[in-house]
Amino acid sequence: MSEFYTSTDHFVLVPALLLALFGCFVLLADFLVFPRPKHRRYVVILVALGEAFTGAALWRQHSFLSAHDLASVSAFHGSLVVDGMSIFFNWIFIAAVLLVALVSYRYLETEQEHRAEYYGLMMLAQCGMFFLAAGTDLVTLFVGLELMAVSFYVMVGFLRRDKRSNEAAMKYLLLGAFSSGFLVYGFSLLYGLCGSTRLDRIGEAVTERGPFDPIVFLALTTTAVGLLFKVSAAPFHMWAPDAYEGAPTTVTAFLAVGSKAASFAFLMRMFLYPLAGARPAWEPILIGVAILSMTVGNLAAITQNNLKRLLAYSSVSHAGYILLGLVAGNETGIKGMAVYILVYLFMTLGAFLVVVALRRKDLAGEDVDDLAGLIHKSPVEAVLMLIFMLSLAGIPPTAGFIGKYFIFLSLIETGHYVLAVVATLYVAVAIYYYFRIVKSMFVGEMTDTVPLMGGFGMRIALGVTGVLTLLIGVYPEPFLQFAQTSLGR
Amino acid sequence: MDVILFLLFAAIAVACGVNLVVQKHPIASALSLVGVMGSLAVLYLLLGAEFIAAAQVIVYAGAIMVLFLFVIMLLNAGGEPKTPGKSRMAGLLGIPLMAVLLGLLSYLVQRALPKPAGVTFGAFTGGKPYDVGKAIFTEYMLPFEITSVLILIAILGAIVLARKEID
Repeated sequence: MSEFYTSTDHFVLVPALLLALFGCFVLLADFLVFPRPKHRRYVVILVALGEAFTGAALWRQHSFLSAHDLASVSAFHGSLVVDGMSIFFNWIFIAAVLLVALVSYRYLETEQEHRAEYYGLMMLAQCGMFFLAAGTDLVTLFVGLELMAVSFYVMVGFLRRDKRSNEAAMKYLLLGAFSSGFLVYGFSLLYGLCGSTRLDRIGEAVTERGPFDPIVFLALTTTAVGLLFKVSAAPFHMWAPDAYEGAPTTVTAFLAVGSKAASFAFLMRMFLYPLAGARPAWEPILIGVAILSMTVGNLAAITQNNLKRLLAYSSVSHAGYILLGLVAGNETGIKGMAVYILVYLFMTLGAFLVVVALRRKDLAGEDVDDLAGLIHKSPVEAVLMLIFMLSLAGIPPTAGFIGKYFIFLSLIETGHYVLAVVATLYVAVAIYYYFRIVKSMFVGEMTDTVPLMGGFGMRIALGVTGVLTLLIGVYPEPFLQFAQTSLGR
Repeated sequence: MDVILFLLFAAIAVACGVNLVVQKHPIASALSLVGVMGSLAVLYLLLGAEFIAAAQVIVYAGAIMVLFLFVIMLLNAGGEPKTPGKSRMAGLLGIPLMAVLLGLLSYLVQRALPKPAGVTFGAFTGGKPYDVGKAIFTEYMLPFEITSVLILIAILGAIVLARKEID
């Protein structure tokens, strides 16, 4: 430990170090320890071990903060911070990577593209997510974002022999690079405002100049475009349906959950701290984007027959709901966003896991019709899918209701009555297309008799997501506490 | 003086950027890119970032552009352009080279003339290699180190997407 790398720096950085190290271990173990393709699935154990170590490091950070009653510890000259928010989001990333890795080996073996690089890329992407959740410096945040995005570009195109996968990767890469351009343009203006890349200094400069200063406004809008693209909010959602449809389904699940949560962490970090002083300028923008996202997401999902596209549009509408929490902006709203993202993790991941299970040899299993008669073929998966659909629609005994409840509550508390009514109306639209899936499962005629993809990992992942989706709905108290303490500052 | 030079080279950069997109032949686009990078280097010089300007010329306008051209030629994209009488290449090469020449000239002019005190672009003064190195290894050490992971991912991605079928 030197003056350039102090013990505080180390303490704050450990989770990212572990992720990068285990990402490399996975690559090495592939040809040193598991040279035969048949044994490659044991790499998942190494991933789980890495996540366990990362979790332990996070736990140490958490207990250190609470033992010394600190709100945050910052390191690297203010580039990186450990606070409730970074710890909360990192737990979400760990859960997402673990659950996705558990089902990936069977899926990739079916696709005949099972390679250890996949797991390495997943862990390195998670390393990028760590910096998105914990960075407090524009350069660190941007490098973290690219770390995540580049890994995803590769993972989306992982099925090289599949034309759709290649096309999706290309579209995602081009549009992603375009949005990064906007983001960097905004960042350069923010840097120009105060001559520093630290978020706290930028915050001071923004507050001093006021929200309607032309440079602040330009910086704000370009930064917002970049960020809203990453969370796939309308009108910057064009990439989502194509990328979600073409990507390997496990990657789609990870993209929908991990990338979205990390981008929301980034968005919250930007809008709640440095850009908080420009609230009068961005609030109307976010209201418009949120309403548009709910409209586009919910209406476009109605006509989709491909399950992955349908869930992509549904994720656009969920981004709209989450943004409403930021519009309200009071404590309930921010807590609501955290709870919603937590809930979204389990229900969306669960729904995608069922789509993964539909993939069998010679059967793509991506259309709504492929679910027909599922209740007769595999009742457990059908019932779990019903729970996920109820939750995505936001029906009371499930987790989705808790997420929407806090968002709506915060809107009413801050007097956004019209917005609350509009958001509630769109829930009714959403019920229509989620129940198309349910109807197909329970009423439709079976089209094939090939059993669903099973396996140890799939059973565990489906079990965990299903149980948690119900548990958060029935007994939300500990999860609310988790969201509350982690965002209490 | 600074403002005039800035406006001039900013305009050249934008014009070359537009040209890059509208040109049909990839080589012409690549050469416009040299123009963009050359004018960017001049803008860096105007800001007082000498080291970055030099790196921009050597790395981007030099090494990376050569790679670009190699790739375009190896892929044989666009085919042979028709040369009606006078060489189009001369015109295309001329613009970026002109930009670089003007850049060098303007730098010399700027060094020769006394700097007007009133005109500054931001508060940045540390553009020497010493300052850049110090910034990278103290204040910006973390993003600098994360970039190595980013490069690792890029290599990994290239291997994954371009691998041959072995097993």
